[in-house]
Amino acid sequence: MIYLDNAATTKTAPEVVNAMLPYFSELYGNPSSIYTIAKKSKEAITASREIISGVLGAKPEEIYFTASGSEADNWALKAAFEAYKRKGKHIITTKIEHHAILHTCKYLEKERGARITYLDVDENGVVQLEQLEHAITPETILISVMFANNEIGTIQPIKDIGLIARKHDILFHTDAVQAFGRLPISVDEYHIDMLSSSGHKINGPKGIGFLYIRKGVKIQSFVHGGDQERKRRAGTENVPGIVGYGVATKYAVETMRERTQKESKLGNYMIQRINDEVPNCKLNGHPFKRLSNNVNFSFEFVEGESLLIMLNMEGIYASSGSACTSGSLDPSHVLLAIGLPYEIAHSSLRLTFSDETTKEDIDFTVDKIKEIVKKLRTMSPLYEDFVAGKRKSMIQ
Amino acid sequence: MYSKKVMDHFQHPRNVGEIDNASGVGTVGNAKCGDIMRMYLNIDDHGIIRDCKFKTFGCGAAVAASSMATELVKGKTIQEGLAVSNKTVMEALDGLPPVKIHCSLLAEEAIHAAIWDYAKKHHIKIEGLQKPKLDISEGTEKGK
Repeated sequence: MIYLDNAATTKTAPEVVNAMLPYFSELYGNPSSIYTIAKKSKEAITASREIISGVLGAKPEEIYFTASGSEADNWALKAAFEAYKRKGKHIITTKIEHHAILHTCKYLEKERGARITYLDVDENGVVQLEQLEHAITPETILISVMFANNEIGTIQPIKDIGLIARKHDILFHTDAVQAFGRLPISVDEYHIDMLSSSGHKINGPKGIGFLYIRKGVKIQSFVHGGDQERKRRAGTENVPGIVGYGVATKYAVETMRERTQKESKLGNYMIQRINDEVPNCKLNGHPFKRLSNNVNFSFEFVEGESLLIMLNMEGIYASSGSACTSGSLDPSHVLLAIGLPYEIAHSSLRLTFSDETTKEDIDFTVDKIKEIVKKLRTMSPLYEDFVAGKRKSMIQ
Repeated sequence: MYSKKVMDHFQHPRNVGEIDNASGVGTVGNAKCGDIMRMYLNIDDHGIIRDCKFKTFGCGAAVAASSMATELVKGKTIQEGLAVSNKTVMEALDGLPPVKIHCSLLAEEAIHAAIWDYAKKHHIKIEGLQKPKLDISEGTEKGK
Protein backbone atom coordinates (compact mmCIF):
# COMPACT_ATOMS: atom_id res chain seq x y z
CA MET A 1 0.00 0.00 0.00
CA ILE A 2 1.21 3.50 -0.85
CA TYR A 3 -0.68 6.04 1.22
CA LEU A 4 -0.50 9.46 -0.40
CA ASP A 5 -3.43 11.14 1.30
CA ASN A 6 -1.75 12.59 4.35
CA ALA A 7 -3.58 15.90 3.97
CA ALA A 8 -6.78 13.96 4.70
CA THR A 9 -5.37 12.22 7.73
CA THR A 10 -2.16 10.62 8.93
CA LYS A 11 -1.23 7.42 10.67
CA THR A 12 -1.16 7.83 14.43
CA ALA A 13 2.51 7.38 15.29
CA PRO A 14 3.30 4.34 17.48
CA GLU A 15 4.96 6.54 20.11
CA VAL A 16 1.80 8.64 20.20
CA VAL A 17 -0.37 5.56 20.73
CA ASN A 18 1.97 4.28 23.46
CA ALA A 19 1.88 7.60 25.26
CA MET A 20 -1.92 7.61 25.13
CA LEU A 21 -2.58 4.05 26.31
CA PRO A 22 -2.08 4.52 30.07
CA TYR A 23 -4.71 7.26 30.02
CA PHE A 24 -7.31 4.73 28.96
CA SER A 25 -6.37 1.88 31.24
CA GLU A 26 -4.74 3.11 34.47
CA LEU A 27 -4.78 6.89 34.57
CA TYR A 28 -8.42 7.27 33.61
CA GLY A 29 -9.26 9.80 36.30
CA ASN A 30 -11.32 12.87 35.56
CA PRO A 31 -8.89 15.81 35.59
CA SER A 32 -11.42 17.84 37.56
CA SER A 33 -11.32 15.41 40.50
CA ILE A 34 -8.87 15.77 43.36
CA TYR A 35 -7.44 12.28 43.99
CA THR A 36 -4.09 11.02 42.76
CA ILE A 37 -4.92 9.49 39.37
CA ALA A 38 -6.99 12.53 38.48
CA LYS A 39 -4.07 14.75 39.33
CA LYS A 40 -1.97 12.73 36.92
CA SER A 41 -4.49 13.37 34.14
CA LYS A 42 -4.42 17.04 34.91
CA GLU A 43 -0.64 17.13 34.85
CA ALA A 44 -0.62 15.33 31.52
CA ILE A 45 -2.96 17.95 30.03
CA THR A 46 -0.79 20.74 31.38
CA ALA A 47 2.31 19.15 29.86
CA SER A 48 0.69 18.88 26.42
CA ARG A 49 -0.61 22.42 26.61
CA GLU A 50 2.89 23.65 27.39
CA ILE A 51 4.41 21.76 24.48
CA ILE A 52 1.88 23.26 22.08
CA SER A 53 2.02 26.80 23.43
CA GLY A 54 5.81 26.66 23.37
CA VAL A 55 5.80 25.78 19.68
CA LEU A 56 3.64 28.81 18.87
CA GLY A 57 5.41 31.19 21.22
CA ALA A 58 2.12 31.49 23.09
CA LYS A 59 1.18 31.18 26.76
CA PRO A 60 -0.19 27.82 27.93
CA GLU A 61 -3.45 29.44 29.03
CA GLU A 62 -4.02 30.66 25.47
CA ILE A 63 -4.43 27.10 24.15
CA TYR A 64 -8.00 25.73 24.26
CA PHE A 65 -8.46 22.08 23.36
CA THR A 66 -11.39 21.22 21.09
CA ALA A 67 -12.64 18.02 19.47
CA SER A 68 -11.45 18.98 15.98
CA GLY A 69 -10.02 21.66 13.73
CA SER A 70 -13.54 22.26 12.44
CA GLU A 71 -14.78 22.96 15.95
CA ALA A 72 -11.93 25.41 16.46
CA ASP A 73 -12.82 27.19 13.20
CA ASN A 74 -16.51 27.33 14.12
CA TRP A 75 -15.75 28.64 17.57
CA ALA A 76 -13.33 31.31 16.37
CA LEU A 77 -15.72 32.74 13.81
CA LYS A 78 -19.04 32.43 15.59
CA ALA A 79 -17.85 33.59 18.98
CA ALA A 80 -15.73 36.44 17.63
CA PHE A 81 -18.68 37.64 15.61
CA GLU A 82 -20.98 37.60 18.65
CA ALA A 83 -18.40 39.32 20.84
CA TYR A 84 -17.48 42.07 18.38
CA LYS A 85 -20.66 42.60 16.35
CA ARG A 86 -21.43 45.80 18.18
CA LYS A 87 -18.25 47.18 16.69
CA GLY A 88 -19.16 45.96 13.21
CA LYS A 89 -20.53 42.99 11.32
CA HIS A 90 -18.01 42.61 8.55
CA ILE A 91 -15.69 39.61 8.21
CA ILE A 92 -13.06 39.11 5.50
CA THR A 93 -12.05 35.63 4.42
CA THR A 94 -11.04 33.94 1.15
CA LYS A 95 -12.64 31.77 -1.49
CA ILE A 96 -10.25 28.91 -0.85
CA GLU A 97 -10.89 28.28 2.84
CA HIS A 98 -11.87 24.89 4.21
CA HIS A 99 -15.63 24.33 4.45
CA ALA A 100 -15.36 24.61 8.23
CA ILE A 101 -14.73 28.32 7.58
CA LEU A 102 -16.83 28.84 4.47
CA HIS A 103 -19.96 27.11 5.76
CA THR A 104 -19.64 28.91 9.09
CA CYS A 105 -19.43 32.20 7.19
CA LYS A 106 -22.55 31.27 5.21
CA TYR A 107 -24.31 30.55 8.49
CA LEU A 108 -23.24 33.91 9.95
CA GLU A 109 -24.42 35.66 6.79
CA LYS A 110 -27.77 33.92 6.71
CA GLU A 111 -28.67 33.66 10.37
CA ARG A 112 -26.69 36.32 12.21
CA GLY A 113 -26.64 39.27 9.85
CA ALA A 114 -22.93 39.20 9.11
CA ARG A 115 -21.47 40.66 5.93
CA ILE A 116 -18.70 38.55 4.53
CA THR A 117 -16.11 39.39 1.88
CA TYR A 118 -14.66 36.34 0.18
CA LEU A 119 -11.34 37.41 -1.32
CA ASP A 120 -10.20 36.08 -4.67
CA VAL A 121 -6.82 34.46 -5.00
CA ASP A 122 -4.39 34.56 -7.91
CA GLU A 123 -3.74 31.61 -10.23
CA ASN A 124 -1.33 30.12 -7.69
CA GLY A 125 -3.86 30.40 -4.89
CA VAL A 126 -2.26 33.36 -3.12
CA VAL A 127 -4.31 36.09 -1.46
CA GLN A 128 -3.57 39.56 -2.86
CA LEU A 129 -2.66 41.96 -0.07
CA GLU A 130 -3.92 45.06 -1.93
CA GLN A 131 -7.31 43.40 -2.30
CA LEU A 132 -7.33 42.57 1.39
CA GLU A 133 -6.54 46.16 2.39
CA HIS A 134 -9.10 47.42 -0.08
CA ALA A 135 -11.81 45.21 1.46
CA ILE A 136 -11.30 46.57 4.97
CA THR A 137 -14.03 48.91 6.22
CA PRO A 138 -14.61 50.55 9.62
CA GLU A 139 -17.10 47.71 10.18
CA THR A 140 -14.53 44.95 9.72
CA ILE A 141 -14.03 42.96 12.92
CA LEU A 142 -12.26 39.83 11.76
CA ILE A 143 -9.94 38.57 9.03
CA SER A 144 -9.72 34.80 8.63
CA VAL A 145 -7.18 33.43 6.14
CA MET A 146 -5.88 29.88 6.15
CA PHE A 147 -2.16 29.38 6.71
CA ALA A 148 -1.75 26.83 3.93
CA ASN A 149 -4.31 25.30 1.63
CA ASN A 150 -5.34 21.69 2.10
CA GLU A 151 -5.90 20.98 -1.59
CA ILE A 152 -3.20 22.79 -3.52
CA GLY A 153 -0.74 23.35 -0.67
CA THR A 154 -0.25 27.07 -1.32
CA ILE A 155 1.17 28.93 1.68
CA GLN A 156 -0.30 32.39 2.34
CA PRO A 157 1.69 35.52 3.26
CA ILE A 158 0.45 35.20 6.83
CA LYS A 159 2.93 37.63 8.33
CA ASP A 160 1.88 40.38 5.91
CA ILE A 161 -1.79 39.65 6.49
CA GLY A 162 -1.22 39.77 10.25
CA LEU A 163 0.51 43.14 9.89
CA ILE A 164 -2.41 44.54 7.93
CA ALA A 165 -4.89 43.26 10.53
CA ARG A 166 -2.81 44.76 13.33
CA LYS A 167 -2.48 48.09 11.52
CA HIS A 168 -6.26 48.35 11.25
CA ASP A 169 -6.88 46.91 14.71
CA ILE A 170 -8.82 43.93 13.36
CA LEU A 171 -8.76 40.42 14.83
CA PHE A 172 -6.82 37.92 12.76
CA HIS A 173 -7.69 34.23 12.73
CA THR A 174 -5.85 31.60 10.74
CA ASP A 175 -6.87 28.02 10.04
CA ALA A 176 -3.49 26.34 10.44
CA VAL A 177 -4.74 22.75 10.24
CA GLN A 178 -2.34 21.92 7.39
CA ALA A 179 0.48 24.15 8.57
CA PHE A 180 0.87 23.45 12.29
CA GLY A 181 3.80 21.11 12.82
CA ARG A 182 4.91 21.51 9.23
CA LEU A 183 5.85 25.21 9.09
CA PRO A 184 7.39 27.36 11.82
CA ILE A 185 4.66 29.54 13.34
CA SER A 186 5.04 32.36 15.83
CA VAL A 187 1.77 33.94 16.88
CA ASP A 188 3.51 37.13 17.97
CA GLU A 189 5.69 37.54 14.92
CA TYR A 190 2.74 36.88 12.60
CA HIS A 191 0.26 38.91 14.67
CA ILE A 192 -2.13 35.98 14.93
CA ASP A 193 -4.99 36.43 17.40
CA MET A 194 -6.60 33.04 16.90
CA LEU A 195 -5.32 29.85 15.29
CA SER A 196 -7.02 26.50 14.63
CA SER A 197 -5.26 23.17 14.46
CA SER A 198 -6.05 19.47 14.41
CA GLY A 199 -4.19 16.50 15.91
CA HIS A 200 -4.68 13.83 13.28
CA LYS A 201 -2.93 15.83 10.55
CA ILE A 202 0.42 15.51 12.32
CA ASN A 203 0.42 11.82 13.27
CA GLY A 204 -1.62 12.56 16.36
CA PRO A 205 -4.99 11.05 17.21
CA LYS A 206 -8.36 11.95 15.67
CA GLY A 207 -10.93 13.75 17.80
CA ILE A 208 -8.62 16.42 19.17
CA GLY A 209 -7.83 19.94 18.02
CA PHE A 210 -7.18 23.28 19.61
CA LEU A 211 -7.94 26.92 19.22
CA TYR A 212 -5.27 29.40 20.23
CA ILE A 213 -6.93 32.54 21.56
CA ARG A 214 -4.66 35.48 22.32
CA LYS A 215 -5.09 36.84 25.82
CA GLY A 216 -7.42 39.83 25.68
CA VAL A 217 -9.54 38.55 22.79
CA LYS A 218 -13.01 38.67 24.21
CA ILE A 219 -14.60 35.60 22.74
CA GLN A 220 -17.15 33.68 24.72
CA SER A 221 -17.58 30.07 25.67
CA PHE A 222 -18.49 27.71 22.89
CA VAL A 223 -19.66 24.81 25.06
CA HIS A 224 -21.29 25.70 28.37
CA GLY A 225 -21.49 23.47 31.41
CA GLY A 226 -18.18 23.20 33.21
CA ASP A 227 -14.99 24.89 34.26
CA GLN A 228 -12.75 23.08 31.79
CA GLU A 229 -10.49 25.10 29.49
CA ARG A 230 -10.82 28.17 31.69
CA LYS A 231 -14.64 28.00 31.44
CA ARG A 232 -14.47 28.60 27.72
CA ARG A 233 -15.01 25.05 26.52
CA ALA A 234 -16.90 22.77 28.88
CA GLY A 235 -16.75 18.98 28.73
CA THR A 236 -14.47 16.47 30.41
CA GLU A 237 -11.15 16.69 28.64
CA ASN A 238 -10.15 14.10 26.04
CA VAL A 239 -7.11 13.20 28.12
CA PRO A 240 -5.64 10.48 25.89
CA GLY A 241 -6.24 12.69 22.85
CA ILE A 242 -4.55 15.68 24.45
CA VAL A 243 -1.60 13.55 25.56
CA GLY A 244 -1.26 12.12 22.05
CA TYR A 245 -1.49 15.58 20.53
CA GLY A 246 1.33 16.80 22.74
CA VAL A 247 3.61 13.92 21.80
CA ALA A 248 2.76 14.30 18.10
CA THR A 249 3.48 18.05 18.26
CA LYS A 250 6.82 17.49 19.95
CA TYR A 251 7.80 14.95 17.32
CA ALA A 252 6.57 17.12 14.42
CA VAL A 253 8.51 20.14 15.59
CA GLU A 254 11.71 18.26 16.43
CA THR A 255 11.78 16.61 13.01
CA MET A 256 10.28 19.52 11.03
CA ARG A 257 13.38 20.67 9.23
CA GLU A 258 14.67 17.28 8.21
CA ARG A 259 11.22 15.92 7.38
CA THR A 260 10.07 18.83 5.25
CA GLN A 261 13.38 18.95 3.40
CA LYS A 262 13.04 15.28 2.53
CA GLU A 263 9.43 15.77 1.48
CA SER A 264 10.26 18.79 -0.68
CA LYS A 265 12.96 16.84 -2.43
CA LEU A 266 10.57 13.98 -3.16
CA GLY A 267 7.83 16.40 -4.15
CA ASN A 268 10.03 18.28 -6.59
CA TYR A 269 11.23 14.99 -8.02
CA MET A 270 7.64 13.84 -8.52
CA ILE A 271 6.59 17.16 -10.08
CA GLN A 272 9.56 17.01 -12.43
CA ARG A 273 8.86 13.43 -13.49
CA ILE A 274 5.16 14.06 -14.11
CA ASN A 275 5.86 17.24 -16.06
CA ASP A 276 8.47 15.46 -18.15
CA GLU A 277 6.63 12.23 -18.74
CA VAL A 278 2.91 12.96 -18.89
CA PRO A 279 1.72 15.24 -21.69
CA ASN A 280 -1.09 17.76 -21.11
CA CYS A 281 -0.87 18.08 -17.38
CA LYS A 282 -0.58 21.03 -15.04
CA LEU A 283 0.70 21.53 -11.51
CA ASN A 284 -1.93 23.24 -9.37
CA GLY A 285 -0.92 25.66 -6.62
CA HIS A 286 2.18 27.76 -6.16
CA PRO A 287 5.33 26.36 -7.82
CA PHE A 288 7.41 26.69 -4.64
CA LYS A 289 5.44 28.49 -1.89
CA ARG A 290 3.65 25.24 -1.16
CA LEU A 291 3.49 22.66 1.60
CA SER A 292 6.45 20.34 1.35
CA ASN A 293 4.29 17.24 1.16
CA ASN A 294 1.71 18.41 -1.38
CA VAL A 295 1.65 17.64 -5.09
CA ASN A 296 -1.52 18.50 -7.01
CA PHE A 297 -1.84 17.91 -10.75
CA SER A 298 -4.58 18.11 -13.33
CA PHE A 299 -4.39 15.54 -16.12
CA GLU A 300 -6.36 16.95 -19.00
CA PHE A 301 -9.07 14.78 -20.64
CA VAL A 302 -9.13 12.41 -17.66
CA GLU A 303 -11.66 12.52 -14.85
CA GLY A 304 -10.32 12.48 -11.30
CA GLU A 305 -12.49 9.83 -9.72
CA SER A 306 -11.71 7.30 -12.44
CA LEU A 307 -8.05 8.00 -11.86
CA LEU A 308 -8.47 7.50 -8.10
CA ILE A 309 -10.28 4.18 -8.45
CA MET A 310 -7.62 2.88 -10.81
CA LEU A 311 -4.83 4.03 -8.49
CA ASN A 312 -6.69 2.37 -5.63
CA MET A 313 -6.62 -0.90 -7.57
CA GLU A 314 -2.83 -0.56 -7.67
CA GLY A 315 -2.75 0.00 -3.93
CA ILE A 316 -2.13 3.75 -4.22
CA TYR A 317 -4.36 6.00 -2.11
CA ALA A 318 -4.80 9.62 -3.17
CA SER A 319 -7.57 12.19 -3.53
CA SER A 320 -9.14 14.45 -6.15
CA GLY A 321 -11.04 17.70 -6.44
CA SER A 322 -13.41 16.22 -8.99
CA ALA A 323 -17.12 16.62 -8.32
CA CYS A 324 -17.57 12.88 -8.16
CA THR A 325 -15.50 12.70 -5.02
CA SER A 326 -17.28 15.58 -3.33
CA GLY A 327 -20.82 14.24 -3.53
CA SER A 328 -21.96 17.28 -5.49
CA LEU A 329 -21.93 18.13 -9.16
CA ASP A 330 -19.36 20.87 -8.79
CA PRO A 331 -15.64 20.31 -8.61
CA SER A 332 -13.51 21.74 -5.81
CA HIS A 333 -14.16 25.40 -4.95
CA VAL A 334 -10.41 25.86 -4.50
CA LEU A 335 -9.57 24.72 -8.02
CA LEU A 336 -12.30 26.94 -9.46
CA ALA A 337 -11.02 29.87 -7.39
CA ILE A 338 -7.54 29.58 -8.93
CA GLY A 339 -9.25 29.94 -12.30
CA LEU A 340 -9.23 26.38 -13.58
CA PRO A 341 -11.89 25.58 -16.17
CA TYR A 342 -14.36 22.92 -14.96
CA GLU A 343 -12.81 20.21 -17.13
CA ILE A 344 -9.39 20.78 -15.61
CA ALA A 345 -10.75 20.99 -12.08
CA HIS A 346 -12.48 17.63 -12.58
CA SER A 347 -9.14 16.21 -13.72
CA SER A 348 -7.20 16.90 -10.55
CA LEU A 349 -5.23 14.52 -8.40
CA ARG A 350 -3.81 15.37 -4.98
CA LEU A 351 -0.89 13.40 -3.59
CA THR A 352 0.26 14.21 -0.07
CA PHE A 353 3.28 12.50 1.48
CA SER A 354 4.32 11.50 4.96
CA ASP A 355 7.82 11.06 6.30
CA GLU A 356 7.48 7.37 5.46
CA THR A 357 7.04 8.05 1.74
CA THR A 358 10.03 6.81 -0.26
CA LYS A 359 11.46 7.54 -3.68
CA GLU A 360 10.40 4.02 -4.69
CA ASP A 361 6.81 4.90 -3.74
CA ILE A 362 7.01 8.01 -5.89
CA ASP A 363 8.50 6.17 -8.85
CA PHE A 364 5.90 3.41 -8.67
CA THR A 365 3.11 5.99 -8.38
CA VAL A 366 4.33 8.07 -11.32
CA ASP A 367 4.69 4.90 -13.44
CA LYS A 368 1.11 3.94 -12.60
CA ILE A 369 -0.22 7.46 -13.19
CA LYS A 370 1.37 7.39 -16.64
CA GLU A 371 -0.26 4.06 -17.49
CA ILE A 372 -3.66 4.98 -16.10
CA VAL A 373 -3.80 8.43 -17.68
CA LYS A 374 -2.92 6.86 -21.00
CA LYS A 375 -5.60 4.20 -20.61
CA LEU A 376 -8.28 6.67 -19.54
CA ARG A 377 -7.39 8.97 -22.42
CA THR A 378 -8.02 6.18 -24.92
CA MET A 379 -11.53 6.08 -23.42
CA SER A 380 -12.02 9.84 -23.37
CA PRO A 381 -14.17 11.61 -25.99
CA LEU A 382 -12.38 14.85 -25.07
CA TYR A 383 -9.03 13.30 -25.92
CA GLU A 384 -10.44 11.89 -29.14
CA ASP A 385 -11.50 15.39 -30.16
CA PHE A 386 -8.15 16.81 -29.11
CA VAL A 387 -6.25 14.28 -31.23
CA ALA A 388 -8.59 14.97 -34.16
CA GLY A 389 -7.84 18.67 -33.83
CA LYS A 390 -11.45 19.48 -32.92
CA ARG A 391 -10.60 20.58 -29.42
CA LYS A 392 -7.86 22.76 -28.02
CA SER A 393 -5.96 22.02 -24.85
CA MET A 394 -7.16 24.16 -21.95
CA ILE A 395 -3.77 24.02 -20.27
CA GLN A 396 -1.42 26.80 -21.26
CA MET B 1 -19.67 2.58 -2.62
CA TYR B 2 -20.03 0.77 -5.97
CA SER B 3 -21.57 -2.65 -6.64
CA LYS B 4 -19.41 -5.51 -7.91
CA LYS B 5 -20.99 -5.13 -11.33
CA VAL B 6 -20.13 -1.44 -11.52
CA MET B 7 -16.55 -2.17 -10.53
CA ASP B 8 -16.36 -4.98 -13.09
CA HIS B 9 -17.61 -2.74 -15.89
CA PHE B 10 -15.31 0.06 -14.79
CA GLN B 11 -12.24 -2.18 -14.60
CA HIS B 12 -13.09 -4.06 -17.78
CA PRO B 13 -15.26 -1.75 -19.82
CA ARG B 14 -16.96 -3.47 -22.76
CA ASN B 15 -16.99 -1.93 -26.22
CA VAL B 16 -14.66 0.99 -25.67
CA GLY B 17 -13.66 2.79 -28.81
CA GLU B 18 -14.87 4.39 -31.99
CA ILE B 19 -16.68 3.05 -35.05
CA ASP B 20 -15.44 4.38 -38.38
CA ASN B 21 -18.32 5.60 -40.51
CA ALA B 22 -20.80 4.81 -37.77
CA SER B 23 -24.51 4.95 -38.63
CA GLY B 24 -25.06 7.27 -35.71
CA VAL B 25 -22.95 9.11 -33.13
CA GLY B 26 -24.25 10.93 -30.07
CA THR B 27 -22.39 12.96 -27.45
CA VAL B 28 -24.11 14.07 -24.26
CA GLY B 29 -23.23 15.57 -20.90
CA ASN B 30 -21.07 18.53 -20.09
CA ALA B 31 -17.74 19.24 -18.59
CA LYS B 32 -19.22 21.35 -15.80
CA CYS B 33 -20.64 18.33 -14.03
CA GLY B 34 -17.69 16.26 -15.13
CA ASP B 35 -19.28 13.65 -17.38
CA ILE B 36 -19.22 13.47 -21.16
CA MET B 37 -20.37 10.36 -22.98
CA ARG B 38 -20.12 9.54 -26.67
CA MET B 39 -21.92 6.59 -28.21
CA TYR B 40 -21.31 5.10 -31.68
CA LEU B 41 -23.88 2.81 -33.33
CA ASN B 42 -23.81 0.64 -36.40
CA ILE B 43 -27.35 -0.08 -37.53
CA ASP B 44 -28.01 -2.48 -40.43
CA ASP B 45 -30.64 -2.27 -43.15
CA HIS B 46 -33.11 -4.16 -40.97
CA GLY B 47 -32.81 -1.62 -38.21
CA ILE B 48 -30.78 -3.89 -35.96
CA ILE B 49 -28.00 -2.38 -33.83
CA ARG B 50 -25.11 -4.53 -34.97
CA ASP B 51 -22.36 -2.75 -33.11
CA CYS B 52 -22.05 -0.18 -30.39
CA LYS B 53 -18.99 1.50 -28.95
CA PHE B 54 -18.45 4.29 -26.47
CA LYS B 55 -16.01 6.82 -25.09
CA THR B 56 -16.57 8.48 -21.74
CA PHE B 57 -14.92 11.22 -19.72
CA GLY B 58 -16.30 10.68 -16.27
CA CYS B 59 -16.30 8.89 -12.98
CA GLY B 60 -16.40 5.15 -12.35
CA ALA B 61 -20.19 5.10 -12.52
CA ALA B 62 -20.26 6.98 -15.82
CA VAL B 63 -17.82 4.54 -17.41
CA ALA B 64 -19.70 1.52 -16.05
CA ALA B 65 -23.07 2.91 -17.18
CA SER B 66 -21.75 3.51 -20.70
CA SER B 67 -20.24 0.06 -20.85
CA MET B 68 -23.45 -1.58 -19.63
CA ALA B 69 -25.57 0.47 -22.05
CA THR B 70 -23.53 -0.75 -25.03
CA GLU B 71 -24.08 -4.34 -23.91
CA LEU B 72 -27.79 -3.75 -23.51
CA VAL B 73 -28.39 -2.29 -26.98
CA LYS B 74 -26.13 -4.56 -29.03
CA GLY B 75 -28.15 -6.89 -31.27
CA LYS B 76 -31.39 -5.07 -30.46
CA THR B 77 -33.80 -3.31 -32.78
CA ILE B 78 -33.92 0.47 -32.73
CA GLN B 79 -37.13 0.37 -30.77
CA GLU B 80 -35.63 -2.02 -28.24
CA GLY B 81 -32.58 0.21 -28.03
CA LEU B 82 -34.77 3.21 -27.32
CA ALA B 83 -36.47 1.27 -24.56
CA VAL B 84 -33.19 0.94 -22.66
CA SER B 85 -33.77 3.50 -19.96
CA ASN B 86 -31.59 4.82 -17.17
CA LYS B 87 -33.50 2.46 -14.89
CA THR B 88 -32.64 -0.51 -17.09
CA VAL B 89 -28.98 0.45 -16.98
CA MET B 90 -29.05 0.99 -13.24
CA GLU B 91 -30.76 -2.31 -12.54
CA ALA B 92 -28.33 -4.14 -14.79
CA LEU B 93 -25.50 -2.64 -12.74
CA ASP B 94 -27.12 -3.71 -9.44
CA GLY B 95 -27.75 -0.09 -8.56
CA LEU B 96 -25.77 3.14 -8.34
CA PRO B 97 -25.22 5.48 -5.38
CA PRO B 98 -27.83 8.29 -5.35
CA VAL B 99 -25.34 10.98 -6.42
CA LYS B 100 -24.47 8.87 -9.46
CA ILE B 101 -27.96 8.36 -10.84
CA HIS B 102 -27.34 11.06 -13.43
CA CYS B 103 -24.61 8.84 -14.92
CA SER B 104 -27.22 6.23 -15.91
CA LEU B 105 -29.38 9.01 -17.30
CA LEU B 106 -26.45 10.09 -19.40
CA ALA B 107 -26.16 6.58 -20.83
CA GLU B 108 -29.84 6.59 -21.82
CA GLU B 109 -29.46 10.00 -23.43
CA ALA B 110 -26.32 8.93 -25.27
CA ILE B 111 -28.15 6.03 -26.92
CA HIS B 112 -31.01 8.36 -27.89
CA ALA B 113 -28.60 10.94 -29.24
CA ALA B 114 -26.83 8.34 -31.40
CA ILE B 115 -30.14 7.00 -32.76
CA TRP B 116 -31.28 10.58 -33.38
CA ASP B 117 -28.11 11.17 -35.40
CA TYR B 118 -28.79 7.96 -37.37
CA ALA B 119 -32.37 9.03 -38.10
CA LYS B 120 -31.24 12.46 -39.19
CA LYS B 121 -28.59 11.07 -41.52
CA HIS B 122 -31.05 8.63 -43.08
CA HIS B 123 -33.94 11.08 -43.17
CA ILE B 124 -36.22 8.75 -41.29
CA LYS B 125 -38.65 9.41 -38.53
CA ILE B 126 -38.55 7.07 -35.59
CA GLU B 127 -41.61 6.80 -33.46
CA GLY B 128 -41.13 7.83 -29.88
CA LEU B 129 -37.75 9.42 -30.51
CA GLN B 130 -37.44 12.99 -29.38
CA LYS B 131 -34.57 15.34 -29.98
CA PRO B 132 -32.16 14.44 -27.21
CA LYS B 133 -31.09 16.90 -24.58
CA LEU B 134 -27.40 16.99 -25.27
CA ASP B 135 -26.56 18.81 -22.12
CA ILE B 136 -28.14 17.02 -19.21
CA SER B 137 -26.29 18.50 -16.30
CA GLU B 138 -29.66 19.59 -14.98
CA GLY B 139 -31.13 16.15 -15.45
CA THR B 140 -30.53 14.76 -12.00
CA GLU B 141 -34.06 15.48 -10.80
CA LYS B 142 -35.44 13.09 -13.39
CA GLY B 143 -33.21 10.34 -12.08
CA LYS B 144 -34.20 10.92 -8.50
